[in-house]
Amino acid sequence: MVKAQGTSLYTTKGVIILDSEGKRMLSKYYTNDYPTLKEQKVFEKSLFDKTRKSSSEIIMFDNQIIVFKNSIDVFIYILGSADENELILSHLLSSFYESLSILLKGQVEKRAILESFDVVVLALDETVDGGIILESDPNNVASRVTKKGSEADIPLSEQTVTQVWQRAQEQLARSLLK
Amino acid sequence: MNLGKKDEDSDAGLFFHIDKSTVLQEARAFNETPINPRKCRLILTKIVYLLYQSEVFHTQEATETFFSITKLFQSQDTPLRQMVYLLIKELSTVAEDVIMVTSSLMRDMNAKSDVIYRANAIRALAKITDSSMLQAIERFIKQAIVDKNPSVSSAALVSSLHLFGANKDVVRRWANEVQESINSKGPITQYHALGLMYQIRQHDRMAVIKLVQNYSRGSLRSPLAYCMLIRYACKIMEDEEPGSRSLYDLLEGWLRHKHDMVVYEAARAICDLRDVTSKELFPAVSALQLMLVNHKPTLRFAAIRTLSKLAMTHPAAVFPCNLDMENLITDPNRSIATFAITTLLKTGNEASVDRLMKQITGFMNEISDEFKIIVIDAIRSLCLKFPAKQSLMLNFLSNVLRDEGGYEYKRAIVDAILDIIYHIPESKEFALSHLCEFIEDCEFNKLAVRILHLLGREGPKTSKPSKYIRYIYNRVILENATVRAAAVSALARFAVHLPELRDRVKVLLTRCLDDNEDEVRDRAVMYLRIIDDEDLCKRYIADETTYSWPSLERKLVEYVNDEAAHSSAFDISTTPVITAAQERAERARVATAAAELAVPTLRSTQGGPTPSAPSSTPAARGAVPSAAGDAQAGYAAAMEKIPELAGLGSLFKSSKPVELTESETEYVVSCVKHVFSEHLVFQFDCRNTLNDSLLENVNVVMKLETSEDDDATALVQDKAIPIQRLIYDIPGTAYVVYSRPGGVCPTATFSNALRFIVKDCDPSTGEPDSEEGYEDEYLLEDLDLVTADYMLPSYIVDFKRTWEELGEATEVTETYALTNVASIKAAVQNLLQLLGMHPCDGSDMVKDKATTHTLLLSGVYVGGTKVVCRCRMVLGDDGVTLEVTARSPDQDVGRRVVDAVC
Repeated sequence: MVKAQGTSLYTTKGVIILDSEGKRMLSKYYTNDYPTLKEQKVFEKSLFDKTRKSSSEIIMFDNQIIVFKNSIDVFIYILGSADENELILSHLLSSFYESLSILLKGQVEKRAILESFDVVVLALDETVDGGIILESDPNNVASRVTKKGSEADIPLSEQTVTQVWQRAQEQLARSLLK
Repeated sequence: MNLGKKDEDSDAGLFFHIDKSTVLQEARAFNETPINPRKCRLILTKIVYLLYQSEVFHTQEATETFFSITKLFQSQDTPLRQMVYLLIKELSTVAEDVIMVTSSLMRDMNAKSDVIYRANAIRALAKITDSSMLQAIERFIKQAIVDKNPSVSSAALVSSLHLFGANKDVVRRWANEVQESINSKGPITQYHALGLMYQIRQHDRMAVIKLVQNYSRGSLRSPLAYCMLIRYACKIMEDEEPGSRSLYDLLEGWLRHKHDMVVYEAARAICDLRDVTSKELFPAVSALQLMLVNHKPTLRFAAIRTLSKLAMTHPAAVFPCNLDMENLITDPNRSIATFAITTLLKTGNEASVDRLMKQITGFMNEISDEFKIIVIDAIRSLCLKFPAKQSLMLNFLSNVLRDEGGYEYKRAIVDAILDIIYHIPESKEFALSHLCEFIEDCEFNKLAVRILHLLGREGPKTSKPSKYIRYIYNRVILENATVRAAAVSALARFAVHLPELRDRVKVLLTRCLDDNEDEVRDRAVMYLRIIDDEDLCKRYIADETTYSWPSLERKLVEYVNDEAAHSSAFDISTTPVITAAQERAERARVATAAAELAVPTLRSTQGGPTPSAPSSTPAARGAVPSAAGDAQAGYAAAMEKIPELAGLGSLFKSSKPVELTESETEYVVSCVKHVFSEHLVFQFDCRNTLNDSLLENVNVVMKLETSEDDDATALVQDKAIPIQRLIYDIPGTAYVVYSRPGGVCPTATFSNALRFIVKDCDPSTGEPDSEEGYEDEYLLEDLDLVTADYMLPSYIVDFKRTWEELGEATEVTETYALTNVASIKAAVQNLLQLLGMHPCDGSDMVKDKATTHTLLLSGVYVGGTKVVCRCRMVLGDDGVTLEVTARSPDQDVGRRVVDAVC
């Protein structure tokens, strides 16, 4: 992998999602800073300890800039090198969070993330590709992520959601026609 | 609560107790027909989950899974397909033969209908392809780059960026398509296209300038793209002559961009400009100042971090922000608060110190030890800057010393106090009394021992030494053995230096003879024995010299590893003896270097620390040579492994690498000069940039070209170590060894050439086409051996004292007129480079537009001769007039130093 430099587009060193106890839900490292699981766990644990009580959204840790966001019972982290533009990273974080929010219908929380893990990993894949920001518009990201399997076997619970959605559309159309 | 937790775990159902082997079992479902997309996507999700938990997949497992996944291409289900692509990418790094799926991917990426997964197919394809396959898919990638769908185009561009590293030549051919896609509809696509365009054109200066100028007019829609433009602009200006700033106006314009991200990038870039003037800084600092009061923590953080870095070099420029920064001291984000304090401590003037200290005292209890240490360090440097405020600072430090805190924190405080004592003699008695109180109730042995040692050394010199004896003796009564032993030693020093107290101390020491710890008794016995004998005292107690620890360590390692040497005892006399002051300086240097690493944020970021980067404290400047020392240790270790070079003894100095070719030629060669006690070693780092040739038996032919130095003829080429095979893009190292009998150190110029056997080879495999090769030669630029190569920059604490001690008798002076130097600053840079010595007392910092300046330098010449040098400069109409005066115990060395300037 090309080393992150000032003039390269490799801005992101990793994306991590931890739950409210600091347990890993998803970790994607784009560089080899923490090659083994053990090192990653140590890093994630100390990162979590540093940020769990913090109300702010940015920290300098282990010689990297880390922006993070606490949503209900999950923590989302974006890692960047120490000389990265903090605002780029924070832009990326909010765009990733927004796209999750669209895809998970505003419920960016542990249960929803685990239930729709496929959607979450695809959203990440559409946001960052190997350390390069691939898309920073949350609407575009969300529209590029496909939901679960084909139409035929949508379970009852989801069907109702679809129906609710349709009803809402109808209602909107009616109100516009008036 | 507990119940709720249980609930949550069972909710995690899908991944609860998930296990690799079970999932791989489930993956058999991929072989079923018809394929159940929903089920398969679920299994794929499980595999991704495992991968993102960093579960290790062995090559065989990964390969099997990979190929069973490829079965899923039979299903036309879009959601499933998208997941398949993700898996292909994730597994491609572990599995083998991944290239087999190329055709399936190509089909998808060329799909006519606008299916959503075209972009995914491209990215997956780029991930699995290798250089040999790239030719085959090149056409399709080019097409995709100009695709009208922005996401397809972006996917192709990002993939090209990944591919660029290993396939520069191929990707360069896509420049036209990339150029076209900069005008794409998708904002982010513009960003990718711009990034790739720069990678392709980065060595073509004119092209980059055009790129920046063309797109600076607002045709781009992505703020990210503007950030990149700013970086390119800076890169261009980096290579410009000092003084000219062709693109500054663009940067300034971007300060008014509507996106914070761009504004910040521009402000940051301006702050990082080399030799930036206060006029240029002003708009950038104003922009950052506005960000300081933004409600978003990230913005405040970014702004204060940049200002904090700027304050190290341009405290005056940051001064207008002081009021805003003071408000940030109470920021809920502790990183912001800490940056604010450290910055304020740098920019503050004497008058604001009191207020600042009051504010700091207020929140000291709320922050963690880690931040406290940073604050303490900042206070230490502030105190050294404003010695008049020392009593205020010491009061503060002794107050916090009494608070709760861990060892590291307490150590930082004690270090700070010790430093203040050392640099501000007036503070000594006051500080010592604080420290005495501290050891009355100190839980850290290490600190107590250090303080006792200090009391032993400094106590006898104070006006009322007797009062310390009580404190010290209290330790003997109350503490554990380690501290008691240290206290006994401290007592003995009082007895030695103060005859009037001797009898009283002897009584105390006699009492220690009953101690139940051997060490304490032994020390007491020894001191009682020698106290009355002046000679013994001088030898054992008053002697302030010590061995240089790093070289002692190195010598001991050499001794232990050398079986042959074991027959005789280790000879310590070859280890340089240094005075306690030097030892202190050395330790301060290491400590500061460590501190710099701990707070890397404050350091210059791009390209690491530059030797010319002026820092705010004298000690911080020492960090640079120590970094150079690390490089040297690396070289030494590398040469140690080569049998021919292992016997050359210890390495005195390694120069910085000198480029002997342009960076864009067929073969890139740089040279590092190493000076050993009887030898010179030239290390040639070579890189072959032609992927279709293989070099064998690469020799560097060096010839002594010219020299004005008579000693040069004494240099004899000893041996040359060739590189056996120099494969494309894998660096190799050749060495040439010259012996310098009698330790002569001439300056000379060498001509160099590479001589080797070339074999043509296949670019993709690197295998030579035939066994036959032909000989060839490649001329390199000349290499100069200069005085600086023999000079080790060394830090001295007190230049003036060393200067006086060496005396006028050893002086050598010469005056030069430097007509081609435009400013004092440039002259100072030149001198630092020419002489390779260490600037003292911050004399490498030159005020803007200075017309006179004195540069003070110190160094150790090969053979261990100390040299100090004073360079006085006056700027006139026709350049700089320079007077160089060198003092050294060896006048020859002084002469060499003075002669090096011309």
